[in-house]
Amino acid sequence: MSGHGHGTAAAGAPMSAWELLEVAAVLGLAAAAGGYLVAVLLARVRTPWPARRTIAWLTGLACAAVAVAGPLAAAARASFTAHTATHLLLGMVAPLLLVLGAPVTALLRALPVRGARAVSRVLRSPPVRVLTHPLAAAALVGGGLWLLYATPLLALSHASAAVHAAVHAHTLAAGYVLTAAVVGRDPDPHRASATVRTAAVVLVSATHAVLAKHLYGHPPAGVDTADARAGAQLMFYGGDAVDLVLLVLVAAGWYAAAGRRLVAAAPAAPSPQVAPSRRPYDDERAPARRHARRAARA
Amino acid sequence: MATAPPPAAAAPAPAAPHDRRVLVSGFLFGCGVAASVIDLFVFHLGLQWHHFYDLSTTQVALTADAFFHAVGWAVTVWGLFLLADARRRAPLNWARWVGAVLAGVGAFQLLDGVLNHKVLGIHQIRYGVDLLPYDVAWIGAAVLLLLAGVLVVARTRPAAAGPAAPTRPAG
Repeated sequence: MSGHGHGTAAAGAPMSAWELLEVAAVLGLAAAAGGYLVAVLLARVRTPWPARRTIAWLTGLACAAVAVAGPLAAAARASFTAHTATHLLLGMVAPLLLVLGAPVTALLRALPVRGARAVSRVLRSPPVRVLTHPLAAAALVGGGLWLLYATPLLALSHASAAVHAAVHAHTLAAGYVLTAAVVGRDPDPHRASATVRTAAVVLVSATHAVLAKHLYGHPPAGVDTADARAGAQLMFYGGDAVDLVLLVLVAAGWYAAAGRRLVAAAPAAPSPQVAPSRRPYDDERAPARRHARRAARA
Repeated sequence: MATAPPPAAAAPAPAAPHDRRVLVSGFLFGCGVAASVIDLFVFHLGLQWHHFYDLSTTQVALTADAFFHAVGWAVTVWGLFLLADARRRAPLNWARWVGAVLAGVGAFQLLDGVLNHKVLGIHQIRYGVDLLPYDVAWIGAAVLLLLAGVLVVARTRPAAAGPAAPTRPAG
């Protein structure tokens, strides 16, 4: 069947590829929610798990669900503005919230030692290390965006459910990898410097801005001018807002880390202005620091 | 500001790096405010002189504009965090910081007025009017702000910042 006409299937008719896709996506997101909750329950046995992480993870999954199933997702196949809204949710907002949920930390704490070592070996492997470099991830996000909007891929993704699924999966995955590379809460043995991470956000932000203005002037095939302009402005300002949050998180992480270095450098008489960070940036080092503080007090 | 001086027991931060931190923070924040905050809130949303995209620019100019815009937000954010970092290390001379901010605003407006508006032609200050008075006002204001900032920075130079007196008096 053609891509149009889905959603008008008569009751009792077999599900179309589009409906199957929505069901599969929602089931996948529900499994991600369930798996995380199980991991957190197991992880809590050893150390308390901050509620804000669980809230962030579940909210992130909800954003992704709104983008792939339901009324907004249905509207996105006809309206470019609604399409842009789903991409903002799926590629920027959901990844940010998911990253703040620190899923890898939950997994590592929940798994038995051998399993955790295997996961951490995979995360340290050269391919993962290259892929999760902020600039590589920025190229993945920016390249994907241009491929989608400056080629016939957008029209193709509206005609074929399989292409549609692939585009959505790439959007969420690339957005997650980039966000994790710049503001990740999970242990990252090769975290890039704050300068490189800022540069990656600037790069993606500029790509967004150029693309939005390009689409404003050159609507994609089959999109009328007013719709393209509204969508382009949503892409520009919505993307800017999330990029600004990313910049603040990068700088706040640097600020906290610099504060810890200050405290470490002056342990004898710490200035009252230099308070240790409330929230450790690198989760892996936090227990070690707690032990060191306890040992210092004893 | 009611910033308590560090206790006499704590070693004061070395004066020269601290002063540089204050100046860099103010200059970056000033550039960022001029590039992103004033542009967005005053010219796009307030006066509505600037348009989202005037459809006349080349791809190169568009790309340059996008980078200006993205870098503008980045230096705004970093300027503020560097300010917070400088403040927790040693007491801050706010006048000196404000001088650096003025210099930053002026420097960026000058760059914007000459390079972006005139050389690259990314966009104009306003459309459908004689541009000359606007350009003169823009560039003139930029030069005045830059000079005012440099003057304030020069007049607030810490007395003990020279190499002859490397330690500053505590408190």
